[in-house]
Amino acid sequence: MVVGESGLGKSTLINSLFLTDLYPERIIPGAAEKIERTVQIEASTVEIEERGVKLRLTVVDTPGYGDAINCRDCFKTIISYIDEQFERYLHDESGLNRRHIIDNRVHCCFYFISPFGHGLKPLDVAFMKAIHNKVNIVPVIAKADTLTLKERERLKKRILDEIEEHNIKIYHLPDAESDEDEDFKEQTRLLKASIPFSVVGSNQLIEAKGKKVRGRLYPWGVVEVENPEHNDFLKLRTMLITHMQDLQEVTQDLHYENFRSERLKRGGRKVENEDMNKDQILLEKEAELRRMQEMIARMQAQMQMQMQGGDSDSGTLGHHKMLLDKKKSIPDKCCSIKFLNTLGSVTVGIEVPVSEDFSFVLFFFL
Amino acid sequence: MDERRSPSPCSSRPSSPMTPPCEMLGSVGIEAVLDQLRIKAMKTGFEFNIMVVGQSGLGKSTMVNTLFKSKVWQSSLPNLEVPMPQTLELHSMTHVIEEKGLKLKLTVTDTPGFGDQINNDKCWDPILSYINKQYEQYLQEELLITRQRHIPDTRVHCCVYFVPPTGHCLRPLDIEFLRRLCRTVNVVPVIARADSLTIEERDAFRSRIQQNLKTHCIDVYPQKCFDEDINDRLLNSKIREQIPFAVVGADREHLVNGRCVLGRKTKWGIIEVENMAHCEFLLLRDLLIRSHLQDLKDITHNVHYENYRVLRLNESHQLPRGPGWVNLAPASPGQLMSPGPVKARKRANKDSREDEC
Repeated sequence: MVVGESGLGKSTLINSLFLTDLYPERIIPGAAEKIERTVQIEASTVEIEERGVKLRLTVVDTPGYGDAINCRDCFKTIISYIDEQFERYLHDESGLNRRHIIDNRVHCCFYFISPFGHGLKPLDVAFMKAIHNKVNIVPVIAKADTLTLKERERLKKRILDEIEEHNIKIYHLPDAESDEDEDFKEQTRLLKASIPFSVVGSNQLIEAKGKKVRGRLYPWGVVEVENPEHNDFLKLRTMLITHMQDLQEVTQDLHYENFRSERLKRGGRKVENEDMNKDQILLEKEAELRRMQEMIARMQAQMQMQMQGGDSDSGTLGHHKMLLDKKKSIPDKCCSIKFLNTLGSVTVGIEVPVSEDFSFVLFFFL
Repeated sequence: MDERRSPSPCSSRPSSPMTPPCEMLGSVGIEAVLDQLRIKAMKTGFEFNIMVVGQSGLGKSTMVNTLFKSKVWQSSLPNLEVPMPQTLELHSMTHVIEEKGLKLKLTVTDTPGFGDQINNDKCWDPILSYINKQYEQYLQEELLITRQRHIPDTRVHCCVYFVPPTGHCLRPLDIEFLRRLCRTVNVVPVIARADSLTIEERDAFRSRIQQNLKTHCIDVYPQKCFDEDINDRLLNSKIREQIPFAVVGADREHLVNGRCVLGRKTKWGIIEVENMAHCEFLLLRDLLIRSHLQDLKDITHNVHYENYRVLRLNESHQLPRGPGWVNLAPASPGQLMSPGPVKARKRANKDSREDEC
């Protein structure tokens, strides 16, 4: 999931990370539309395959976050989305068919921090505190090419201090095992030291120093996306790839279990709820059946009255009535009426109830 | 349309178009008036009040320092112990800058805390009331029976609004603020921290902002309706095409090709502030200081201040509006915030105030 104010380069970064174009026909809404909008959730799923390994990637975008003048409610939508995914997983897990559960839970949330501030904004702090128990937060400093090196260091330190001050739990990389090789340990150490990552995203190929690189072309130079001296894009990508499994595990073991225990404690017992739902559906179906039967009874009464009125047709009608009685037990939405017409062939009619008193009967001549 | 009366010391009313020009037989030496003006101006000096508005971290303080090439404003990062200001506070600092014997009394008003909260509703109210308070002070001074010779002018002549470089379009907060303020003060929007946008992104952003401004009928400085003659119009339309300027501020100097320039040094290059190919800081500086400083003051005095004055005099309308002094009732804040029906003739170009300020 990517969360952040508009214009921080979230979509560009996702495209750069996964080397795809997730938003081919993107229309950025104008200012007038932005005034009306509330936060929306847009989930797009792509399947990426590399060397036989398939990855089903779902990116959840949150356009409209931080746009409004009053942003007090902007994270309610997001929190309810996260909860909804947990809820669905819980439901599937408690169901009968557990082999094909699709895991739509949010494994990782990239929170984009604006490089223009002096640290975290009140909105950032409030949002992170609201979701740090539900999802792994990876803070990212967006548009890092506006910062000089010193400014970047200062900002990173500021952010880390503020995160600690407000007791926000961000995702921490697990320490390398002692039996891993030195390179990996060194890499992990470097990664840990660079949080929050300051990134620049781009999918444009620029010519620089004779080779084509992905980057941004400015009049004063070229910012290369994959140059570790320019920004931390490579580090972010490494972290994501090597720790994808760990992110999923932490989501399952920590956040999901938290949610589950909260949910089960809070809402009574979840299993009972399910049964109640099924009972409800059964009751509804029975009520419908009863209605159909009443309708048929009414029709019967009508026919009887007609019969009393005209005896000439009694034969057919009587036959009709008998068949109707027989067919009463069919609990379908339409009753089929079969009777012998005067010609002696079988006619099947399907009675489609249109309203309480009136039914439409389709005849099929066999 | 309101006629602009120039506040030059020699004429107190506009020159009538009916006065026929007189033929001169020789040179009399009228140009000496210009020298007299110069000497007088050198003695009294100039005043200029500028207000910078924008979210924190957009480089407002650095921009002011760069504009006036001095440490007018000590840009300091707020400490961790000092919490972010919960409400909007306004800080004013006055400096006297001297160049070639000419003194400029510069007052910079900063607005930390603007747009930083979670709920930014009505965050423009403190700014509006500050501007109106300055007008009120001037009005009170003007209405005194024995006035000072030179009324200290604390009215805000120009408000520079910093738009964050999202690259998309104006945010709802920007639009609300600009809409309200462009009726009270000269507003110059600029794209802050423009070194995060490439040239194409910058142009696209600029055209979107211009569209937004047009759609919402926001009239920023230089206002089209105040162009006096064809020269003004040409000059101002060129400026209008390039509003908002994409600026970068810097107060450190670096060595580039042997020259010492103001700029920001990064791993991939040095962004020169005064290089037109890099950013449009020079345009902003020329607009504010070199070409339109007096114009900004004139419009503030003749249009914005006059509008305020008419509004206030109408509110206390017990006495007929004639020459002489009027005894004004002190303004209550509520009256100013939501003006009642206003005489429309002087406001043909300004849009009506049916929505509340």
